[in-house]
Amino acid sequence: MPQNYVPIFLFVAVVAIAIPATLMIGKLVRPNNPEKAKLMPYECGIDPVDNARGRYTVRFYIVAILFVVFDVETIFLFPWAVQYRALGLFGLVEMLVFLAILIVGYVWIWKKGALEWV
Amino acid sequence: MTPVAPTFFFYLLSTVAVVGAILVITRKNPVHSALSLIFTLLALAGLYLMLYAPFVAGVQIILYAGGIMVLFLFVIMLVNIERSQREVQFNQQWHVGIIASLALGFLFLYVYKHGSSIFPVNPVSMPEPMNTQQVGMALFRNYLLPFEIASLLLLVAIVGAVVMAKKRI
Repeated sequence: MPQNYVPIFLFVAVVAIAIPATLMIGKLVRPNNPEKAKLMPYECGIDPVDNARGRYTVRFYIVAILFVVFDVETIFLFPWAVQYRALGLFGLVEMLVFLAILIVGYVWIWKKGALEWV
Repeated sequence: MTPVAPTFFFYLLSTVAVVGAILVITRKNPVHSALSLIFTLLALAGLYLMLYAPFVAGVQIILYAGGIMVLFLFVIMLVNIERSQREVQFNQQWHVGIIASLALGFLFLYVYKHGSSIFPVNPVSMPEPMNTQQVGMALFRNYLLPFEIASLLLLVAIVGAVVMAKKRI
C-alpha cells in the first residue's frame, strides 16, 4: 500500500528542508570575508596541482561497466531468494546455471588481467 | 488516507521527473546534467511504487540511479568537459528533435483519447507485498529460457566491455 511509504516521504521531506535551512542559517549568521586561500579546494592540506575536471584513464570505465553487469546479476538473485522454498531444487539448479554462465565470464576477465591495475 | 493524497504525490513526482529531465538537456556542465538525471530516475522509482510495483522501483534505484549513473559519470570523466562547455547548447539537429517529439506527443494524445479500446482497463488489485514473489514465480516458472538467455547476454556484455577497453587481449 502506498501508505507504507509515508515515513520514507517524510524522511525525504525533512532532508529536503533541513539541509537548505541549515545552509541558509549559516549564510545569515557567519561573517563573510573571502580570501584566495580560503576559497581554494581542500585537498588534505596540499595545494591543488591540476584541474579536477581532467580526463581519467579508461581503466575506471572497465571497472564501472563490470560493476553494472554484476549489479544486474544481483538484481536477478532477489526474486529467486524471496521464493526460494516455493521454487525448490528446480529453482536452485536454474540459478546455478545462471550463475555458472556468469562465473565463466568472471574467470575469463580475471585470467585476461582486466581486473589488474597495471 | 484521504483520496487526494495519491493525486498529490503523482503530481509531485511527475513535476520532479519533468523538471529533472529539462535540466538534463539545458545544463552546460555534463556533471550537473547527470545529477539532474538522478532526480528524474528517483522520481520515476516513486511513480513505480505508486503503481504497486516495489520490485521495479528497487531495480530502478539500484540499477539506474546506482549502476547506470556510475557508468554515465565515468563516461563524462573520460571525455573532455572543457570543450563541451564552450560548444553551443542546441545544435542543428533540433528540427529533427521537434518533429520526433511532436510525433510522440500525437501518439500519446491518440492513446489518451482512444486508448480505452486498445488497452482495456483492467484494475488488478494485487496484494503489494507479493509483488516481488510474483515476479520470482513468473521469472523462474514461465520465463525460464529468457532468464537463462539474460545471463548469456550479460556474458556478452562482459566480453564486449573488456575487448573494447583493453588494448591487447
